[in-house]
Amino acid sequence: MRWRDALMSAWAKPVLALLLALPMAWLVYATFNNLLGPNPAESLSRQTGDWTLRGLCLVLAITPLRVLLQAPGLLRLRRTVGVATFVYACVHLLCYAWFDQGLDLTELWRDILKRPFIWLGFSAWVLMLPLAATSFTSAIRWLGGRRWQALHRLVYGAALLSVLHFFWMRTGKNDFAEVWVYAAILGSLMLWRVWWWRHR
Amino acid sequence: MLIKTFKDGFVHPVPSEITSPQVYQNRRQWLLNAGLSGLAAAGFEALAQTARPGELPPLPAKPSTVAAAMATDTLTPYKDATTYNNFYEFGTDKLDPVRNVRHFVVSPWSVEIEGMVKKPGRMHLEDLLKVSAMEERIYRMRCVEGWSMVMPWVGYSLSELIKRVEPLGSAKFVEFVTLADPKTMPYVGSRVLSWPYVEGLRMDEAMHPLTLLTFGLYGEVLPKQNGAPVRLNVPWKYGFKNAKSIVKIRFTDKQPATAWNKAAANEYGFYSNVNPNVDHPRWSQATERRIGEDGLLTKKRKTLMFNGYEAQVGQLYAGMDLAKNF
Repeated sequence: MRWRDALMSAWAKPVLALLLALPMAWLVYATFNNLLGPNPAESLSRQTGDWTLRGLCLVLAITPLRVLLQAPGLLRLRRTVGVATFVYACVHLLCYAWFDQGLDLTELWRDILKRPFIWLGFSAWVLMLPLAATSFTSAIRWLGGRRWQALHRLVYGAALLSVLHFFWMRTGKNDFAEVWVYAAILGSLMLWRVWWWRHR
Repeated sequence: MLIKTFKDGFVHPVPSEITSPQVYQNRRQWLLNAGLSGLAAAGFEALAQTARPGELPPLPAKPSTVAAAMATDTLTPYKDATTYNNFYEFGTDKLDPVRNVRHFVVSPWSVEIEGMVKKPGRMHLEDLLKVSAMEERIYRMRCVEGWSMVMPWVGYSLSELIKRVEPLGSAKFVEFVTLADPKTMPYVGSRVLSWPYVEGLRMDEAMHPLTLLTFGLYGEVLPKQNGAPVRLNVPWKYGFKNAKSIVKIRFTDKQPATAWNKAAANEYGFYSNVNPNVDHPRWSQATERRIGEDGLLTKKRKTLMFNGYEAQVGQLYAGMDLAKNF
């Protein structure tokens, strides 16, 4: 099939990277052109958080889609999605640290420890760190495929913590509609994995 | 971004007639600095009215002489004050209300006065407007979420209305019930809060001269998304205490069960006085971001005790443990 060939083409990764960079490009453009509404700091924090969650959904959808669509070429693209998601998570953390806490490290640390909602988000980011650090081909070789794969299961924890972080944040608004959407998507992707591990 | 306006028919100024809030602020500042409030009331009223953004019918008012009623902070631009709103009947995103108020009907309107009061009854908006002389007041508004605005409201002290309806000695609290019309308010019926949205004050808080029964903003009648046609402003409390689009004012001897207190009692107390020393469980209340004025990288400003109205209202809470009665 044609689209499976496209996944294998030399263009696949750069095109995907460009697509994944579009939201960030828009946010930068919107920031400098005053398009983020009356509270740009809040808007940037929220939108980078949203894109991190979307990235997590996308990266966790790759294996199920690869199996269901019989498209092994999808696996080539997983790293690009993962690294992009980590970049959004970093910018999200930076927005909070800078706009909300004024980059005051003492205050920042106190705030992280004090508030479970911040602590959850921060933990999710910490779980992503070793994944980003071992996202190079040489790291897979160095760790060995099996150990590398085991380490990268941390992404399930990062996804769970991210949804909890979002849930806790939304208790202020008492409005969980969006939280349920992410929870449903990530939950189904995990349920599929459970099924797959049993029946493989 | 598409910004819809809500012209009610009879005011159609050309852009050149609209004075920017900055110019307005400068004039106001000049008047205040000159200390000529009497002269201002008599002769320069026309100046104050040029502040009108020209979106809605005018609501003329004289600058208030109530202590601390004229904050000298920079005014929040009209556009920010009317597009960044928490009004959950129209959606939980702050940009939702301005998009969703299209079908909200604010005329005719009446307010039911009921409960422990000598003169209960239904008051039409026209009569409510005549209870006392309209005053312009510039209040700081601190949202519980950690941001703030400064807005020029038009109205009169709620105490004027309370005195007129003569509450019984047994009345200890005032409850404000707001409109919950699922036909015109798309989020009424959502599970976000229990509807109608109810707020309440202790009688002495309700009688405080700074507690404003509000009918206008920026020299014009209230925009729908800001709680038209009649709302409350209690400037030393978090913004959600300011009930919008009020339909009932009830005098009672029991502390009213208020909307956010019912939704999350550990997060939102009945008093909800602005207090930088008592944090919300999920965020600090020590600082705030001023909308429309503070830039992205401006360090957040310190939140003041009772939102800076401590000298006026501190004695209402003398001897109370404010960490417990948050």
